[in-house]
Amino acid sequence: MRPQNNPSLEVAGFFRQIFRSIFPDPLVPKSDQERKRYLLKNLILHFRPATVPEKTLKFTLTWGLGGMAAVLVLLQLGTGLLLKFVYVPTPLGAYNSILELNNAVMFGQLIRNIHHWCANFLVLIVFLHMLRVFFTGAFHPPRQFTWIIGLGLFGLVLTANFTGYLLPYDQLAYWAVTVSTGMLGYIPVLGSLFQQIIRGGNEIGPSTLNMFFAIHTAAVPMGLIVLMAFHFWRIRKSRGLVIPRVPGEKTEEKPVRVSTLPHLLLRELVVALVLVAVVMVVSVSFDVPLGNSANPGLSPNPTKAPWYFAGLQELLLHLHPLFAVFIIPLILAAALMVIPYLKFDASTEGFWFASVKGRKITLISAIAAIFAAITGILVNEYLFDSVAGLHGVPAIIGNGLIPFALIFLGCAGFYVLIKRRYSATNSEAIQALFVLILFVFLVFTITGIWFRGQGMKLTLPF
Amino acid sequence: MSKPKKEHKMNETEQIPSRRSFLSILWIGLGFVALIEFIGIVAAFILPRKKRAKTGDFGAIIDAGPVDKFPKESVTAFIRGKLYLCRMKDGGFLAVSRQCTHLGCTVPWSDKEGKFVCPCHASAFDITGEVISPPAPRALDVYRLYIENNIVKVDTGKRIKRSGFHADQVVYDKKA
Repeated sequence: MRPQNNPSLEVAGFFRQIFRSIFPDPLVPKSDQERKRYLLKNLILHFRPATVPEKTLKFTLTWGLGGMAAVLVLLQLGTGLLLKFVYVPTPLGAYNSILELNNAVMFGQLIRNIHHWCANFLVLIVFLHMLRVFFTGAFHPPRQFTWIIGLGLFGLVLTANFTGYLLPYDQLAYWAVTVSTGMLGYIPVLGSLFQQIIRGGNEIGPSTLNMFFAIHTAAVPMGLIVLMAFHFWRIRKSRGLVIPRVPGEKTEEKPVRVSTLPHLLLRELVVALVLVAVVMVVSVSFDVPLGNSANPGLSPNPTKAPWYFAGLQELLLHLHPLFAVFIIPLILAAALMVIPYLKFDASTEGFWFASVKGRKITLISAIAAIFAAITGILVNEYLFDSVAGLHGVPAIIGNGLIPFALIFLGCAGFYVLIKRRYSATNSEAIQALFVLILFVFLVFTITGIWFRGQGMKLTLPF
Repeated sequence: MSKPKKEHKMNETEQIPSRRSFLSILWIGLGFVALIEFIGIVAAFILPRKKRAKTGDFGAIIDAGPVDKFPKESVTAFIRGKLYLCRMKDGGFLAVSRQCTHLGCTVPWSDKEGKFVCPCHASAFDITGEVISPPAPRALDVYRLYIENNIVKVDTGKRIKRSGFHADQVVYDKKA
């Protein structure tokens, strides 16, 4: 053995040793075998399965929505962390710190824009992801509980958005949160207690801001991280995504699997990069506005809830509050949770809209819903004011129980009609009902966002 | 001889599981108690605290001023407009909250129309806080009001919900 007394070689060996201790394997794996090993040895990558069913790589199965949601959450954690260095959670400090962020902090407005646009995209993407999972039947066993966790994640995303809405503490934020938390007051018995807790008093003020800040920057991120890990783990336990198939094809017992690296990861990377590019273009092009500083003495006209609650607010214009903000949302939430546990005639796994017939029924239901919702809104606005109610009948019956019963009978009638008229399976009929309610909700949301002006009268958006 | 022995054994095998299940039930029960305690602590921690109001702040008893300062059929805003002092035609007083009972927007008083009109959903209330037009489900809340030595005082810590207006909610100056 030759004695090593060259000091520069010794130093190089020292650093190589450190490098090897962090990256024991070659950085760029060459063979399939090496790639599998690489995936397992890498801390971040080993959360992913080593192989995935080949057919699930198809873009039109997932549209990359789940991955996009994960990327957006990461962007939110990053930009949120940065914003936390500038933001001051007190009524006076909050507004001034946003001014400072916009005007004095380097890239302050950009970071705020990214955080804002990602937050809005996230609500949209998570919602679309839920629709994708529903319409490809990816909630049947063994994915039942994955669906429930997904609903939990959707709830957390909405909570994050809503609590973040107040933080700039301008007029828009203050009054949107006032009317949204005002809705809580209509929950029977416990409503005003909930309202008091979330507001930290009778009105929106310093305690509310403190409460929202804590939820937004600690409780929700922690919950998101835990539930996301749970969600991903459940997907692995069900051996990957639902496998797409053509009508008449049976579910495969042993699908062909390919290695995650590079097949899945490369696709995910492309989706992530395109998404980041879109987010950056939007954030550079559209600055998030900041209104006047919050003034508790002056409600602007109109005062609207955040856009994702616009459907609820629209419902409130037509129905008694007890039904609009409590009974109907409760029923819808319960229905969403029950979906995977219903007894279905046939598994609709992996086929868009359950069947060929299902596609036709979906289209018909959507058209029926749009027509019914628009007619309903117009009639209520111009012909018969349901809020004023029937003369001499208490509001809770005239404007609550009677319309609610009519809606319920309408839904039940629609279900029976679809089943009889198209001799549909119950999977197709339940899907039709889902589409009906979905599109009514969409029409209500769009109306609430764009077609409601001063005093909440119907107007054109331009 | 053999028979009682067998019985004894059977008793033993029956007893041991029941003792075990008793202990496990006890453990589960204690676990539940711990859980309830935990929830109780969290709830008590999060519940809004009663704020000690300083004099002149909202939540304290405020001196609105002498009775004669307020003309009949007038509405005066107090403490940055958190409440309205309304004097009726007959000289009676009411301290009305500014929060709309529909969703909590602030209702401004319109002298011209002689009513409160909510800018958010167009609810309207008359000078007594009674609903004139929906969607507001009930009359504006009132604060406890009393007149001492000709001075109108309002306890802003005491907010009273009411379904509608009654004549006995109005406070009169007894001397007058």
